[in-house]
Amino acid sequence: MPVKLEKRLAPSTAMSLAVPAVAVVLALLFCAVFLSLTGRQPFELYAAMLEGALGSSYGLSETAVKAIPLMLCGLGISLAFRMQLWNIGAEGQLYLGAFAATWVPLTFPNLPAIVMLPAMVICGMATGGLWALGPAYLRVKWQVNEIITTLMLNYVGILWVNYFVYGPWRDPKGFNFPLTAEFPAAALLPTLGSSRIHIGLLFALILVVLFIIIFRNSRWGYEIKVIGASERAARYAGMDIKRNMYIVMLMSGAICGLAGMAEVSGIAGRLQPGLSPGYGYTAIIVAWLAKLNPLAIVFVSVLFGVLQVGGYIVQTYGVPASVAAMIQGAVLFFVLGGEILTQYRIVFPGLKGVSADD
Amino acid sequence: MTDQTIFISILAAAVTAGTPILYAALGELVTERAGILNLGVEGIMLAGAVSGFIAAVTTGSSWWGLVAAMAAGGAVALIHGVLCISLRANQVVSGLALTLFGTGLSGYLGKSYIGMPVPHPFKVEPLGPLANIPYLGPVFFQHDILVYASYLLVPAMAFFIYRTRPGLILRALGENPAAVDALGFKVFNLRYLYVIVGGMLGGLGGAYLSLAYAPSWLENMTAGRGWIAVALVIFALWSPWRAMIGAYLFGGVDALGFNLQILGVTVPVFFLSMMPYLFTILVLTLVMARRGGRLTAPGALGLPYNREDR
Repeated sequence: MPVKLEKRLAPSTAMSLAVPAVAVVLALLFCAVFLSLTGRQPFELYAAMLEGALGSSYGLSETAVKAIPLMLCGLGISLAFRMQLWNIGAEGQLYLGAFAATWVPLTFPNLPAIVMLPAMVICGMATGGLWALGPAYLRVKWQVNEIITTLMLNYVGILWVNYFVYGPWRDPKGFNFPLTAEFPAAALLPTLGSSRIHIGLLFALILVVLFIIIFRNSRWGYEIKVIGASERAARYAGMDIKRNMYIVMLMSGAICGLAGMAEVSGIAGRLQPGLSPGYGYTAIIVAWLAKLNPLAIVFVSVLFGVLQVGGYIVQTYGVPASVAAMIQGAVLFFVLGGEILTQYRIVFPGLKGVSADD
Repeated sequence: MTDQTIFISILAAAVTAGTPILYAALGELVTERAGILNLGVEGIMLAGAVSGFIAAVTTGSSWWGLVAAMAAGGAVALIHGVLCISLRANQVVSGLALTLFGTGLSGYLGKSYIGMPVPHPFKVEPLGPLANIPYLGPVFFQHDILVYASYLLVPAMAFFIYRTRPGLILRALGENPAAVDALGFKVFNLRYLYVIVGGMLGGLGGAYLSLAYAPSWLENMTAGRGWIAVALVIFALWSPWRAMIGAYLFGGVDALGFNLQILGVTVPVFFLSMMPYLFTILVLTLVMARRGGRLTAPGALGLPYNREDR
């Protein structure tokens, strides 16, 4: 029977909630087929992932620890995505933020925490922001594709950090490991009780509130939305598109830089290679899955934190941790594929008056 | 070594280092010519590299490796096709999803193969008398068979695109799919075809890394080459010949970094490794600046086709 797609007048709210939920389930089933083809027990594996991530206070705290950088990078990315600026450079901006934040305690080890931590936040955010500003400049000036430039800078940023931890910043007392010296206590973010959950979580939640206010009540938030929907309309309305591109990329990079600061100051307590297992990339999926909605980004980040921790846990079963990345990619496939249902209605011309949904 | 032999060896290394990028770029080129932007080349290459490697190790034949790599590249690209052609998804995001999925998939599949040798990797086979031509011989004709195959693929693809009727239809697919539809061709089917062919070439590029260039499997061994291939297509202005020149240019930058170390240049290795990425940004900027920010990209690139919107 032929199927027809009929454009909806307005995107369906029911579908925009149902699609991500169904997509997660379908992605898990899709990967289950794949896992069993390669000789694993998928549902045992999923159970182990869930158990590992949520079944103990340690697992829960690790899930939160992994969710924090995803929230921050997801928020940063979502800001740029709203304007149809494809900032794929969160990973590099995170590394640069971590780099600049590390510079503060290494150079001024005796600052009190009340000066040290704000200085680290400012340095991290400024450097992450500037790292994103370069691609914004090239885009504004010559329409250079920002996807490619931001992505290329990820590799450069990671190599830059590696140069410092393997070279000038290597801890002389570190038995030749590529690590900087441990930060003084004043350079460590406070944590929640005895867990590893650090105050970076608060940064993310403050940003969520700010985002909601900006996009609900401010002229600037409105401009970003209009530019994202139609550059031409924005231009007719007299909005300064170039200026907004600069500001948005700067802010986007700064927030990702903050994620890097929070990682070195809240988790590692020093700068080291492999600081991020690809948070900046995973955050792209998080942002899109959350439909760029700030509150939803928090929830999706927790979900992906579960996957990330679950991925580490199943390594003890001899399953590579990259199984988490595979599931995350698959989730995005199904969300993307399902989005057509929010924009279109499926109609079976054979059955008059009956449609497949609502 | 004299300066001259070093120079020649750098040029020869540019060709081998450029070949995986060339295959991937040619794949992206046909995909984009058909109007579909596939940013998942990195993921496709990784899927190809790992499948090719596993097949070569299991069967003992690198030729089966190539078959597996092309099948895997085509299959992964097919996901992008379904999402972008039939389901009208956002092509940028779908491509990113493909890269992330391909990275995860290849890491998962390849874990137990890390460090294994390839039984019969593609070896250097001097190409008869051509290999003895002074200068040109060592640079172009003392490589493996996959390099020679790419010498044939580039003119073949250029001929196909610019001189044949199906090539004309391909160009029209990317410029004005409604016109192709009006001529009675099936836009969806043709786009699927070129997306899959593009994925197969991307898979081949990945397999070149794992079966000839390295030859071994390492997690994330493409190291951004898929993205460089995407940039290369823009640099090449969607022309196979320019893609070839560009690929060797990038290969040269890659090879130069390695050779500078041998020559005793004391730049830290980290900065040398940055060169291909910075070079990509630089080249892209130069191309765009020279053209005043305007490109002759296929007109319908990145736009989903909907018959009812005609």
